[in-house]
Amino acid sequence: MSGPLLSARGLSIAFGGVRAADGIDLDVAAGEFLAIIGPNGAGKTTFINMATGYLRPQTGTISFAGETITGLAPRAIVRRGIARSFQIPQLFTEHTVLENVALKVAARRGFWHGFRPLLDAATTRAALAVLDQFGLGDAAFARATELNEGTRKLTDIAMAVALEPRVLLMDEPTSGVASAEKFAIMDTLVAALRARGVTAVFVEHDMEVVERYADRVAVWSQGRILASGPPAAVLSDPAVLREVIGVEARHVGGGGDARA
Amino acid sequence: MTLLLLLAVLDGLAHAALVFMVAVGLTLVFGVLRVLNVAHGSFFAIGAYVAATLGTAAAATAAAPLFALPALLVAAMLVGGLLGPVVERLLLSRIYVKDHVLQLLVTFALFMILEDVQKLIWGVQPIFQDAAVKALGPVEVGDIVYTRYQLFLLPAVAAATLLCLMWFLRRTLTGRVIVAVTHDREAATAMGIDAARVYLLTFSFGTMLAALGGALAAPTTSLVPGIGVNMIVLSFAVVATAGLGQIEGAALTALLIGLGRSIAVYFAPEFEVVIPYLIMVAVLLVRPHGLFGSPELRRV
Amino acid sequence: MGGRLAAPATVGTALVLGLAAAAPWLTFVFTIALAKGLAVLGILLLLRAGQVSFGHALYLAVGAYTVAFARPLAGDVLVLLPLATAVATLVGVVVGLFVARYRDIFFGMLNLAFSMVVYSLLEKLYAVTRGTDGIRVDRPTIAGVALERVPYEWTMLGLMLALAIGLGFVARLFLASPLGQALPAIKARETRLEFAGISARRVLLVAYVASAALAGLGGGVIALTTLHVTPLIAYWTHSGELVFIAILGGGGAVLGPFLGAVAFELVRVYAAAAFPDAWQMILGAVLLGIILFASRGLWGLYEGLMARLGRRA
Repeated sequence: MSGPLLSARGLSIAFGGVRAADGIDLDVAAGEFLAIIGPNGAGKTTFINMATGYLRPQTGTISFAGETITGLAPRAIVRRGIARSFQIPQLFTEHTVLENVALKVAARRGFWHGFRPLLDAATTRAALAVLDQFGLGDAAFARATELNEGTRKLTDIAMAVALEPRVLLMDEPTSGVASAEKFAIMDTLVAALRARGVTAVFVEHDMEVVERYADRVAVWSQGRILASGPPAAVLSDPAVLREVIGVEARHVGGGGDARA
Repeated sequence: MTLLLLLAVLDGLAHAALVFMVAVGLTLVFGVLRVLNVAHGSFFAIGAYVAATLGTAAAATAAAPLFALPALLVAAMLVGGLLGPVVERLLLSRIYVKDHVLQLLVTFALFMILEDVQKLIWGVQPIFQDAAVKALGPVEVGDIVYTRYQLFLLPAVAAATLLCLMWFLRRTLTGRVIVAVTHDREAATAMGIDAARVYLLTFSFGTMLAALGGALAAPTTSLVPGIGVNMIVLSFAVVATAGLGQIEGAALTALLIGLGRSIAVYFAPEFEVVIPYLIMVAVLLVRPHGLFGSPELRRV
Repeated sequence: MGGRLAAPATVGTALVLGLAAAAPWLTFVFTIALAKGLAVLGILLLLRAGQVSFGHALYLAVGAYTVAFARPLAGDVLVLLPLATAVATLVGVVVGLFVARYRDIFFGMLNLAFSMVVYSLLEKLYAVTRGTDGIRVDRPTIAGVALERVPYEWTMLGLMLALAIGLGFVARLFLASPLGQALPAIKARETRLEFAGISARRVLLVAYVASAALAGLGGGVIALTTLHVTPLIAYWTHSGELVFIAILGGGGAVLGPFLGAVAFELVRVYAAAAFPDAWQMILGAVLLGIILFASRGLWGLYEGLMARLGRRA
């Protein structure tokens, strides 16, 4: 299939007087890792919300694999192959990590029967496979409420991957995670996604993570895309630096002053 | 035919006034405490019984007619002022942290207890004390002879309650505090508002309103075990139809339901009890959060 | 949630049968209690989703009145009970399609509304329902066999015990399935299901229809035991009792509803005999006690006891 996998044209939405999206045009090619950066309130999460059907854009269209998906319910969009993870992990609080992932596996493969247990052989195998890819095998039987932030984040992402999506939208996958752990988590995550051929779009504030893992960066500012391109180019663009990195500079570890 | 209709409307207005008194307290308590108080109807009934008792006591004195009406008010304040704080402190304050279902059931348990308490104190024989109605005398409406009590007093008290509440909640500091807690409990407490005091105040006030409704109802009907039961389920319908925490909405809905029921009583008695629920279902079909309600913002 | 229910279930059954043998009038009480327990089992499913129905007495009434209306046409328990269940299921689907869109207070109130509509129709349409007089149900045959009162009551108790255990087992399977495991998500945050591609409304609807079927069956058994149905079976306080029993028994296991129902009926029968004007108060106090001091209900108390005994062993 030629052409972008996920495509947005002219997306706009306003809340009260705030234009959270003001004519967003974006293409995501199959297999690419796109990072979305920008200051808080620029509309990054809003974009993800629109792409996953949680919000309906006031104007514009979104299409996925050639099909228009604007305005479809989140349920329908998930079924077509777009999954997301959340800024604040949305785990099933009453369940263990394994059960959390199993629920998503079952949702993908067969949910509407009342009598085979959730953790039957097939589902458990599939769920454990996902957990292993994310290095969560040891945490399988921990309750969702007992986990530390990094594990919760990773579980949230693993759950999205368990839905076997073609596109995974991640809202700040490493926020709230200790800096020391960030790269470990991203390494695991990216390896798992590449192994499954999943296209990824992730909102990120940490420029080092962006530099290291993104094929392409799109810069959001006040509901618009300011710039987009390879990380090296975008992250040294003076306009971007002015609008965005000035705010982001404190997120950068060593070497930040070279770009300030 | 028109005579019957007129009677239906008058009865409907009087009944709507009473239903409003009970429903507004219920919706206020729910708005602030987030507890749907099943025992609210029992406060109504107890207010009625106390008013009847006081009325009978007052009837024995020389200045009986003068005392008839104030006795009602005193009854209400007694019940509300005593029962309200006691229930809130002793019982409700222990369950605010618990599951919503458990909170509801605590009030249901209280309801069961209070229903028998009524029987134990006042017995099962009907009690009738209409001194207040007699004191105000009859009035002619067209070709009908009606009572001043039902035509003037009941709607007047209901309207006054509505206006006072609106003023209180919008214009006084305490009232605005209550509204703040209704909209956003966490933000309000973060600003230093003493939630416990607000709960106590609101609950006692709601109880007083229910008791006042009962006291006002007492002179118009004979009191038997179970008057609270029917009133509470009617109040539920009003509160759900109006939208939770909606004061003005409760007034409008009480009117709607009171009139609807009354007209049914006179023209299609089989459907009398059904009307409030049909109205509720119809409204919620179109407006899922009640006529004036809005979906609660869930925080992430 | 393994076979740890097998032991208490067996002991419970033995107790019920033993007590009934010792005091034969208890067969009636136990059968009614277990029938209500079925309805409460349905309430438990909804409670898992965080929803309280204040109108499930509706389905008790549908089951009971189906039996009452159908009895002149069909004389056997094995026809009447499935019929009652089927009609209740149908009503459950119709009402559920509407009601499953709502949550919390509105869900509870709408169920209340539907049950009160049915209650008042049952009460007022005398020509059809005989109003508050109620309808007498002639004792039916069981699997073609006509029985005298005592053997009939024993057989009904046995049947009800079998139904309780069987359906409790089925409920347990359901709760362990993806559908059953998804119910708590409705309580916590439904969007989690939506973002998994699952319709929360459909999940709730399935649970709701199941609960309607259970309550309909229970209502049918009640009709076939009391042999007299009146509109009071649909009154909202009866629905409240079902929720009461759910909490009394405890929601931790599928035996909870039956435990709670038996305890409730026993207390009610004895309290009503001893204190005719205060039995409601006694039950209310019991409920308060459970909520304040033992919120996992009787089953929770049992589990706690077992845990402590296990530790000492």
